[in-house]
Amino acid sequence: MNARKPKVAVYKFASCDGCQLSLLDAEEELLAIAGTIDISYFPEASRRMVRGPYDIGLVEGSVTTPHDVERIRAVRKECRTLITIGACATAGGIQALRNWKDVKEFTRIVYANPEHISTLDRSLPIGSFVHVDFELRGCPINKFQLIEVIVAYLHKRKPNIPTHSVCIDCKLKGNVCVMVANGTPCLGPVTHVGCGALCPSYQRGCYGCYGPMDSANTSALSAHMIEHGATKHELMLMFRGFNAYAEAFRRESDSHE
Amino acid sequence: MNDKTIKVDYLARVEGEGSIFVKIKNNEVSDVKFKVFEPPRFFEALLRGRNFSEAPDITARICGICPVAYQMSSVHAIENAFGITVDGQLRALRRLLYCGEWLESHILHVYMLHAPDFLGYEDVLQLAKDHAAVVHQALKMKKIGNDLVALLGGREIHPINGRVGGFYRVPTKKEFALIAEKLKWLRDAAIEMVRWSATLPFPEFERDYEFVALRHPEEYPFNEGRLVSNKGLDISVKEYEFYFQEEHVSYSNALQSVLKERGAYHVGPLARFNLNFERLTPTAKELAREINFLPIVRNPYKSIIARSIETLYACEEALRIIDTYEPPDRPSVEVVPRSGLGFGCTEAPRGILYHRYRIGDKGLITDAKIVPPTSQNQRSIENDLRALVLKNIAMPKEQLTWLCEQSVRNYDPCISCATHFLRLEFED
Repeated sequence: MNARKPKVAVYKFASCDGCQLSLLDAEEELLAIAGTIDISYFPEASRRMVRGPYDIGLVEGSVTTPHDVERIRAVRKECRTLITIGACATAGGIQALRNWKDVKEFTRIVYANPEHISTLDRSLPIGSFVHVDFELRGCPINKFQLIEVIVAYLHKRKPNIPTHSVCIDCKLKGNVCVMVANGTPCLGPVTHVGCGALCPSYQRGCYGCYGPMDSANTSALSAHMIEHGATKHELMLMFRGFNAYAEAFRRESDSHE
Repeated sequence: MNDKTIKVDYLARVEGEGSIFVKIKNNEVSDVKFKVFEPPRFFEALLRGRNFSEAPDITARICGICPVAYQMSSVHAIENAFGITVDGQLRALRRLLYCGEWLESHILHVYMLHAPDFLGYEDVLQLAKDHAAVVHQALKMKKIGNDLVALLGGREIHPINGRVGGFYRVPTKKEFALIAEKLKWLRDAAIEMVRWSATLPFPEFERDYEFVALRHPEEYPFNEGRLVSNKGLDISVKEYEFYFQEEHVSYSNALQSVLKERGAYHVGPLARFNLNFERLTPTAKELAREINFLPIVRNPYKSIIARSIETLYACEEALRIIDTYEPPDRPSVEVVPRSGLGFGCTEAPRGILYHRYRIGDKGLITDAKIVPPTSQNQRSIENDLRALVLKNIAMPKEQLTWLCEQSVRNYDPCISCATHFLRLEFED
């Protein structure tokens, strides 16, 4: 039995701080977690900064500067397990909207080499630079899922994080479908679950803050929404949101430009 | 001869990435920098071309600690452009949502980010080892703020229920029953919090600030009012840019906002308290008198007391709103987009948050300007550091460094907020 508490570090890149705040928001769980792990590096919460290496690194935010490219590589080296938390770290975040603005000014050669000079002008997910062990979705993440992921890695098991669509959770909740009943455009059928089908429960369409689910059929959803009166411009904006640079949403928004 | 450099490379217990640099030469403070090195996210640029209805959701992502503030400033600015007024119960619900955010943000800052400085702990977990009861109570208190935002907004971080015109769905009376009970408990806890905050050891330090806050004829300010100061400023929100300007300093990724020809000013709980004391609830006023905390308070460390008093206010205001709540007929007023210019300013937990939008054809945003509270406090933060170091020049370096950190935290700076407004490109 090793008595040493696992060391956990929390890092921030370009982001709003909301996902790491989830850790402070887990009020009741916070003190319990603190008893079993050593939160060794978490500048938002403490001026105590214990040197690495760490057992688990939680990374919030996207990479947007040359300095941060170097920093994420150093972070990878000092963390046995690296977990990205939130849409910025897993898909580039809302700040990735600039990726389109700069594309117009750059040559196609630059476009083909995202890890080189264009880095400065693009917001990219952590996984574009280093190996990531687990990506937790959401803008913001779900704090209960965050705790599940931490606990799973501490016990060396696979995190139990569902990957189906928001649409399925909505049905399980017994919500009336906002798209069928009211004609409200909704990304629920193609969006990764995790929020608890929040927006449809509040009578609004899903805006995709957990990003695309696996094998999302975005073009079928677009075709359906166009049939019901959505314009191409509206579809472009819908897919180009908080997870705009996630592959499936990126391709779909580009197809409506 | 006394030469030294105070350096904090990565300031902890604030939201975002910033550092402090103070240089002392020949017993003089020769250089002071509060640097923001958080990378810019260019929000104002990426809002261009987006639909007006997306602004509350997009701007919320500027800050995970105060998303409601961004949502409120943006909806009010856009409603101003469209000539829409939201009143009655919908207006009250917006105040209620803001109460929730003040509660969670203030309680977080007071206990988890600021109190450890006064009591000599590096963080709240260390604090909890010696003061377990205080920290447990603080966590329970904070959760009630989160619960209130989640009830009205759908979730505590980046709530989804607010929109231009009102809400997507409004709660029933019954939905408030449980939270009302919790808020009653919180009210008593907040009274204790105020008394406790007044017992903290405060460094002797005062400066003659120009305090700026909203002032409303009857209410303690959240979403409306005129911009006033203790030095004669009294303007409408739409005049903001005639009186305030942003300056760009080379070492910071955030613009510094100043009053034209007057310089630094101070926004946030202390400014609101000093300028709106009469609008607090009777309990809050009485308690302030009891602890002899009366305007004008010029010791920035005592912002922790102002934050505690506002916690009590937000709790009582939330209870008042819930008590008089009748669900409105519809969750939102009708919104008809038109092209034009709109201004909004609301009181984020950290101070005034100004938004201005130009809306073009088809409801698309053509131009946006956002000035967050931390940009406005940056100059005061630096001036405090200069005065503080000069006053304590003989203090051992380690102690002085911590005191500098604590002094920046007086403002509850949100560096993530302050950073998104720079139009500068990085050079390799």
